[in-house]
Amino acid sequence: MTTNRATHAGGDEIISISHLSKTYNSGYQALKDVGLQIRKGEIFALLGPNGAGKTTLISIICGLVRPSGGRVLVGGYDIAREYRRTRAMIGLVPQELTVDVFISPWTTASLSRGLFGKPPNPAYIEKVLKDLSLWEKRDNHIMTLSGGMKRRVLIAKALAHEPDILFLDEPTAGVDVELRREMWQLVRQLRETGVTIILTTHYIEEAEDMADRIGVIHRGELVVVEEKTELMRKLGKKQLTLNLQAPIEHLPSGLEAYNLSLAADGSELLYTYDARAEATGIAALLGDLHEAGIHLSDLNTKQSSLEDIFVNLVEDRA
Amino acid sequence: MNLRAVWTLYRFEMTRMRRTLIQSVVSPVLSTSLYFVVFGAAIGSRITHMDGISYGAFIVPGLIMLTLLTNSVMNASFAIYFPKFTGTIYELLTAPVSSLEAVLSYVGAAATKSVILGLIILATASLFVPLQIVHPVWMSLFLLLTSVTFSLLGFIIGIWADNFEKLSVVPTLILTPLAFLGGSFYSIKMLPPVWQTVSLFNPVVYLVSGFRWSFYGSGDVSIGMSLGMTLLFLFLCLAVVYWIFRTGYRLKS
Repeated sequence: MTTNRATHAGGDEIISISHLSKTYNSGYQALKDVGLQIRKGEIFALLGPNGAGKTTLISIICGLVRPSGGRVLVGGYDIAREYRRTRAMIGLVPQELTVDVFISPWTTASLSRGLFGKPPNPAYIEKVLKDLSLWEKRDNHIMTLSGGMKRRVLIAKALAHEPDILFLDEPTAGVDVELRREMWQLVRQLRETGVTIILTTHYIEEAEDMADRIGVIHRGELVVVEEKTELMRKLGKKQLTLNLQAPIEHLPSGLEAYNLSLAADGSELLYTYDARAEATGIAALLGDLHEAGIHLSDLNTKQSSLEDIFVNLVEDRA
Repeated sequence: MNLRAVWTLYRFEMTRMRRTLIQSVVSPVLSTSLYFVVFGAAIGSRITHMDGISYGAFIVPGLIMLTLLTNSVMNASFAIYFPKFTGTIYELLTAPVSSLEAVLSYVGAAATKSVILGLIILATASLFVPLQIVHPVWMSLFLLLTSVTFSLLGFIIGIWADNFEKLSVVPTLILTPLAFLGGSFYSIKMLPPVWQTVSLFNPVVYLVSGFRWSFYGSGDVSIGMSLGMTLLFLFLCLAVVYWIFRTGYRLKS
C-alpha cells in the first residue's frame, strides 16, 4: 500500500487544515477557507455559537462529512486518500447520546475496538471502564444507565481503540457539575498520556479551565486562534472599580476623556481599560480624581473572562 | 483490508440474531409451519399432484424462498437502518472501514441468518412432507445467491428509508405480492397464457422455479434462465450499493 504522508516543517502538528470549505446541498456555507494547525499533545478548544461550523469541522476531520474544498492532514496523512490511517488515529465523542442501548458498556466498547481493527484487549477495556467509573455497570444494558453514564460510555467507546487524537463534541452538555469536573479531570489525564484533545463547548469556563489554545469560529470562519493565556492577555479588558468615600451624582468635568461610568448609586466609579495598551491611564486618572476632590476608600481590578472575550469577538463580527 | 472490523461487525449482527431469537427464528418457522398446515394439509389434501409431486412437497421450495426473500430484506434493512435511526452509524462512518467491508459485514450477516433460517424451514418441512433434493449443490447455490441478493436489496432499502414506514413499504407492498404471485404455491403453467407471460416479468418466478428445479428436477422456466436472472438481479443490487457508497447517498452530507 502506498502512502502519501506529507512532511511539515514544524513537525509537531498532528492535524493540519488548509483552505477547508464546506457548502451543503442546501447552499448553506458552513465553513469558509478555514486553516488550522493542531499541535500534538495539546488541548484545543473550539468555541463558537450554534451553527458556527464547529461540528461540521470536526465531522469533516473524522470522515462524517465530505469537504467541498481544501485539505486535511492527520498525522501527516490525507483524510481522503489515507482514511484508514487517519481514522485509526481518531476517537470521536459525538454531541448526541448516540449509543445502542440494548447492549452493555463492555460489549459496545469491545465492538468499537474491533471496528477500528484492534485485536481484543480485555485488560485495556477494563482499564478504560474503570477510569470512567463504568466497571460496576459493565454488564448492564446501557438503557438502564443515567445520562451522565451514557456520556461516559461514549467516551469509553472513543478510547477503546487507543486513539492519538480525541474529539469531544460538547462533552459536558447536559452533565451535572460533579460529573463535569470528573470529565475535566479525565481529559487532563488523557493529555498526560499524550493524547491530543480537541473539544467544542458552550461552557466557556470549560475552555478557560482546560485548553492550551483556543479557536473561535463564527459563521464558518476561524475568527481567532491563540494560546489561551495570550488570548486573554491580548483581548482581555480590565475593569478598575474605584470605591468613593462619598457618593457623587455626576462625573466632574475634566474627566470626560476617561471611559468612566457611575455605579452603586454613585458610590463607585468604573474604569474600563485595555490591558494591551502600553499606558493604561490609571495613574493619570487617579491624579485627576484627586484634583477634582474625589477621594477613594478602596479600589480593585477585574480581568475579562474568556466568555467576555468570546462575546466581544462574535459581536464585533455580527 | 480491515478483516477484524468485518468479523467484529458480522459477529455483532449474528449476536443480535441470538438476542432476538423469537423474532429472528421462531416467528418465521412458526408462520411457515402454519402455511404447511393450511396449504399443505388442509387445502393440499384436496389437490392431487403437481408435476408428479404431492402438493405439500411442491410448495416447500416456494415457502423457503418466500421466507428467504422477506427475511433477507428485513434483516439487512433493519441492520443498517437501526444505526441510522439511533445515530450510532457515526461510529461505522468514522472507523477505518471501507464500503466493501461494511457491505460484507451487514450483508454477510443478514445472508447467513437467512441461510440458517432456510435450512431450519427445510428441516421443519421434512417433518410434514416427504422431501427429495435432486440437485443439492444447486439447491445450496440458489439458497446462497437468493439470500445474498435480497440481503443486498434490504441493505439498499435500509439506506434509502428515512422512516419506519418506508422500511416496511417495499417488503410489504412489493416483495410479498411478488413472492405470492411468483409461483410459490402453484405452477405458472396452471395460469392462462396471458398471465403466464405477465408472470415472466416477476423476478421471483425465476428464483422459485430454479429452487424447485434443484429439489425435483423440474421448474416453470429453464435452470439457465433462473440462474441468469438471479445473477442479473445480484449485479444490479451490487451496482446500486456501489453507487450509494461512492456518492454517500443518505449517509454523508
